[in-house]
Amino acid sequence: MTFPAVKVEGIGKLYDLGKSRGQADSLRTAITNMATAPFRRLSGRSSSEPVEEFWALRDVNFEVKQGEVVGIIGRNGAGKSTLLKILSRIVEPTVGRAVMRGRVASLLEVGTGFHPELTGRENIYLNGSILGMRKREIAQKFDEIVEFAEVEKFLDTPVKRYSSGMYVRLAFAVAAHLEPEILIVDEVLAVGDTEFQKKCIGKMKDISQGGERTVLFVSHNMGAVRALCTSGVYLANGTVKTQGDVETVIGEYLKPNESALRSSVVSKYGIELHDAGIYAPSGRDPLAVVYFLEPCEVRIRMSAAQGFAMAALVVRVYDDLGALVSTFCSCEEGVDAFTMREERTFLFDINSMQLMPGQYSVSVYIYRPHDGQVYLEADSFFDFEVLPAVVPGGMLPYTHQHGVARIVNGCKLI
Amino acid sequence: MTSGRPEEAATEHADHHPAAVELVIRPRPGWIAIDWKELWTSRELLGFLVWRDVKVRYKQAVLGVMWAVLQPLFTMLIFTAIFGKFAKVPSDGVPYAAFVFAGLIPWTFFSNSVTQASQSLINQQSLLTKIYLPRILIPAASIGGALVDLAISFGIFAVILMYYGIVPGWGVLLVPVLLLVTVAATLGIGMALAAITVTYRDFRFVVPFMIQSWLYISPVIYPVSVIPKEWHWALAINPMSGLIEAYRSAFFGLPWDISSLCISIASSVVLLVFGLFYFRKTERRFADIA
Repeated sequence: MTFPAVKVEGIGKLYDLGKSRGQADSLRTAITNMATAPFRRLSGRSSSEPVEEFWALRDVNFEVKQGEVVGIIGRNGAGKSTLLKILSRIVEPTVGRAVMRGRVASLLEVGTGFHPELTGRENIYLNGSILGMRKREIAQKFDEIVEFAEVEKFLDTPVKRYSSGMYVRLAFAVAAHLEPEILIVDEVLAVGDTEFQKKCIGKMKDISQGGERTVLFVSHNMGAVRALCTSGVYLANGTVKTQGDVETVIGEYLKPNESALRSSVVSKYGIELHDAGIYAPSGRDPLAVVYFLEPCEVRIRMSAAQGFAMAALVVRVYDDLGALVSTFCSCEEGVDAFTMREERTFLFDINSMQLMPGQYSVSVYIYRPHDGQVYLEADSFFDFEVLPAVVPGGMLPYTHQHGVARIVNGCKLI
Repeated sequence: MTSGRPEEAATEHADHHPAAVELVIRPRPGWIAIDWKELWTSRELLGFLVWRDVKVRYKQAVLGVMWAVLQPLFTMLIFTAIFGKFAKVPSDGVPYAAFVFAGLIPWTFFSNSVTQASQSLINQQSLLTKIYLPRILIPAASIGGALVDLAISFGIFAVILMYYGIVPGWGVLLVPVLLLVTVAATLGIGMALAAITVTYRDFRFVVPFMIQSWLYISPVIYPVSVIPKEWHWALAINPMSGLIEAYRSAFFGLPWDISSLCISIASSVVLLVFGLFYFRKTERRFADIA
């Protein structure tokens, strides 16, 4: 059968940044507003202050056929989570509508409602029920869940004494045994050790290959998306950029972003910045995304109209809020003040990307160390995104919620 | 059922077997009706949430469920000593200990429920932001948990009645009705405060203070009879006032103040309806601001 199991029509979600995002209203503002409202009306001014509005999603349309497994991909802040939350009925859309045919279950987090004081057995029932399973259904699948999670011995231990690996395994196991007609999954595959991740992907494959179940799957892990999904939806800035066959959509997503191909900048001192970007080690094309902890390099190609002596190259990396995260300079990295004339490429080596997942922007400067004067200034010349990855031995991937940089490289008991 | 094309409906049903639920997601402006069907299908979940609340509350305490017995017992002893013995607060001819305990049963239920329900949403934000479930269940579960303590208090009360040789009259048959009204009032206030606390975190501080003050306008430590008769109606707007007096009438065979009870029942119903609708109206924004 090929009727759409999910039909999204013109969905949009508006947030006003002044108020509802992140922070709750304070009673004081409400009271002040109430108290001053009549006066504002008297003075003829509009009663609401101009608030900054933000469309997290705008005019999103797509259809998913029954039995289809769709990967929803996009960069941080593209609106993936908002879309999943709308389809999971957690938040209401501002405009548009979506029709879902079948029982829906969503998995935006593993272990929602797990209580640390309760035992593994108790949490299986509690979490199963929160995810929408009937008690009878949980009882039927109980043994299967326990076996999948490999926690037989600790069933009657409070989960607060579980290792993080056991906790995550148990939580995923409960969720994996849901049998909805439409399953919405957010990034939960990126949990556990590599062995368990393989098991999860295997389980997801079993779930999706029955042909009965429709799955919407959000992930940053292109490998998992490729392995599981038949089609994809690529979200950018809150709208659907590409949709269709999964390979096409992934190809589009991994394509170097526009800013990496930005036209060159020429300063009034005749220095020309041809291009700059982040590359895979000895890779040919600039990358839009880099995995956390992977090696990469920053390459900057420039030339000068006339000989320019005693130059130094400075690169500054800013996070998405505009805070300076890191600065590096050619002098400190092993290239002495140089004379620039013909085209040269500078290569800064990054052994391992230690910036946490998130969006970053890079500015490039040329200056002279002895007078401190800036001779070329290219603000936000290119952007890149760091994608989450699980640290070896870790259980949950680091995300942008974990800060800006990883500053530690080991721990031992002494 | 009667109109339309029966054949078509039948084939459609056969096509996508398990009851082919269709869910439409769209913005819903204004007041939102209560989805009774959904609440009924999630009754098991409510059961699990109540069970979790009760279990977790006493899990790491050495004395465990004993606290549900000790807490009201100690409160009663302190009140009896201070208000009964030293301050000589009248108690309508009933031994003060029994008198105050009869008031403490509904009061403790009310105050614990309201305090916990009002914090329930902000203490379990992941249930708002990571999953969909009928949100009303969350504060309702806190109240369900308090019902278990209430049952235990009734057990202690039976012992106290026996100690004083008090035999309740026929009026005790009305206690289930009074309980129902108590739960209704508590649900109404609990849900409204839970919803408002999500938006205005100030209520985390307001609620405990509010409950503390509420004790003084409820006839827990004193009988309504100490207040001039012409003010009884005003007192009864507080649902706990008419209800506590009614519990006492039921247990001790005291005369019933029907008009006060009616006012309290009416205000309980109003609070319940208001609480439910206010909750429903604000519910859609919970995940955005939590």
